[in-house]
Amino acid sequence: MSQSNAKHKGFLKQKPIALLFVTVVLLLLCFSSIAIGTREVTWQEIIGALQGQMNTMGEASVTMRIPRTVLAILAGCALGLSGAIMQSVTRNPLADPGILGVNVGAAFFVVIGLAWFGINQLQTYVWLAILGAGITAIFVYFISSLGYGKSTPLKFALAGAATSAALSSFIVAVVLPRNDIAGSANSWQIGGVGGATFDSLQLVLPFLIVGFLLSVFVARKLNTLALGDDIAAGLGENVAWIRALAWLSAVLLCGATTAICGPIGFVGLVVPHLCRLLVGVDNRWLLIFSALVGACLLLSADVLGRIISRPSELSVGVVTAFVGAPFFIWIVRRQRVKEL
Amino acid sequence: MTLKHQLVVDHLAAGYGEKTILNDINIDIKPGQITSIIGANACGKSTLLRTMSRLLSPSSGHVLLDGRSIHNTPTRQLAQTLGLLPQSPIAPEGITVSDLVSRGRHPHHGFLSRWRKEDDEAIAKALETTKTTELLDREIDELSGGQRQRVWIAMALAQETGILLLDEPTTFLDVAHQIEVLDLLVDLNQTRGTTIVLVLHDLNLAARYSDQLIAIRQGQVCANGAPNEVVTEDMIHAVFGLQSQVITDPISGSPMVLPIGRHKRIKHT
Repeated sequence: MSQSNAKHKGFLKQKPIALLFVTVVLLLLCFSSIAIGTREVTWQEIIGALQGQMNTMGEASVTMRIPRTVLAILAGCALGLSGAIMQSVTRNPLADPGILGVNVGAAFFVVIGLAWFGINQLQTYVWLAILGAGITAIFVYFISSLGYGKSTPLKFALAGAATSAALSSFIVAVVLPRNDIAGSANSWQIGGVGGATFDSLQLVLPFLIVGFLLSVFVARKLNTLALGDDIAAGLGENVAWIRALAWLSAVLLCGATTAICGPIGFVGLVVPHLCRLLVGVDNRWLLIFSALVGACLLLSADVLGRIISRPSELSVGVVTAFVGAPFFIWIVRRQRVKEL
Repeated sequence: MTLKHQLVVDHLAAGYGEKTILNDINIDIKPGQITSIIGANACGKSTLLRTMSRLLSPSSGHVLLDGRSIHNTPTRQLAQTLGLLPQSPIAPEGITVSDLVSRGRHPHHGFLSRWRKEDDEAIAKALETTKTTELLDREIDELSGGQRQRVWIAMALAQETGILLLDEPTTFLDVAHQIEVLDLLVDLNQTRGTTIVLVLHDLNLAARYSDQLIAIRQGQVCANGAPNEVVTEDMIHAVFGLQSQVITDPISGSPMVLPIGRHKRIKHT
């Protein structure tokens, strides 16, 4: 009778086994992220670098890969989680930081800061990106609730797409006449984890931690919201409050990620869908899995980007789009995307 | 569960925005009984139920549960006494019956509390009462309309509240399933002593299954009492603007309304 033995259709019926499987995959990917790169390294160099040595070129490049791996994990977790939360809160299977314009909103604020206020400190980027993400999220929500009737999934997706398009062209308009900032703005906009250092990680870590904690807090409450606002209220939840907290969590997670990585698409959209097929619709499991699978996807995209275009690298934002799109089509064809 | 809770509506006015829908409503819901709210379309009966279940705040007046205004009671505390099933609840695709019903236990859990034996027992009882135990592992989307409504009622039962409010629980069901759901509510009322308040469209079913009938007309209580006292040709005319003949239901002995239209009448010579 307990919840754990409820059957779910999916690849792996037992959630603990699925959890173990995903964790093992994540560990393997972590290892490959440290071992594989533009420069080929030996086992000794990997072990040496993990112990903190930096005597050879190999060890030095492995050391460089560590913060990048950590960032890819954090960013992947954050994006997968924020996608899952946004889809739950809006009951919209198309919700994701990219489609709802939140990523572009963050980018827009950063580019404005870069171009007009001469801001070049990472600390300020982070604040700007989160502010931009938040304002865009509210703006899109507001636009979609205009007009007759409530905010429907379709109106929401349309409002997000329109806002994204508008902000993207603003960004181009701001950057185009400014040769001095074009380089940094462009490289930021493509989205990557390559430039990570532990210093830059430290800046966004507090935001991510608050976002993660909030997501833990709202997970079970989102289960009631999934049954509609009336039932959620009947089950003793303050609907507006859960929605605000969940939204804040999602915006913090993806805003902070966008601040250091730039906009990375598809992770937030694809990962929750895949996880729903894996573990069903219980948000307590769904959020955990979305975080882990998000990390797996971003890590593998990053590693793949290093292999494909050796000796240079392909940014992770480019790879996720390439990997994500066919993958998404595959999911949709294999089984109808679950409605919320 | 045997504890009887007192639900009282006191000088209540409510509406949406500027528009007032309910006006000076005073109702005493009799504990341990089945009360149906009836009335014409858009008379405010759903609004009344929504206000009584704190989904809507009153513009003046109170809804009192055991003497305390429900709109000032912490919502989780309220959810342990007052259960509610809206008209057409939505379920995420792919959710199983067991998952859905177990969500009814939500108000009995704090942030970090563990799943307890009482929870399993409450769910088992809810499934048994609604005869949905064998559907446990099925997905909601696979079920028939009647089964689905039984599962939703099971969720509301798992909440183990002394009062249950239902907004048109029989809409979209065929006549056999309507009877099935109403019989189930009587079972609940008799075995658990649950106080049940429902909005019903079908006058004759309301008269047959309720202990108390409340007729609403233009946002005000037009009649309130036992079906035998309330259902009269005059009341039907006042509430629905319809000519009718009231006879005794040969099955239940309750009043039964036969509507009189302009056509299809036996020609008397």
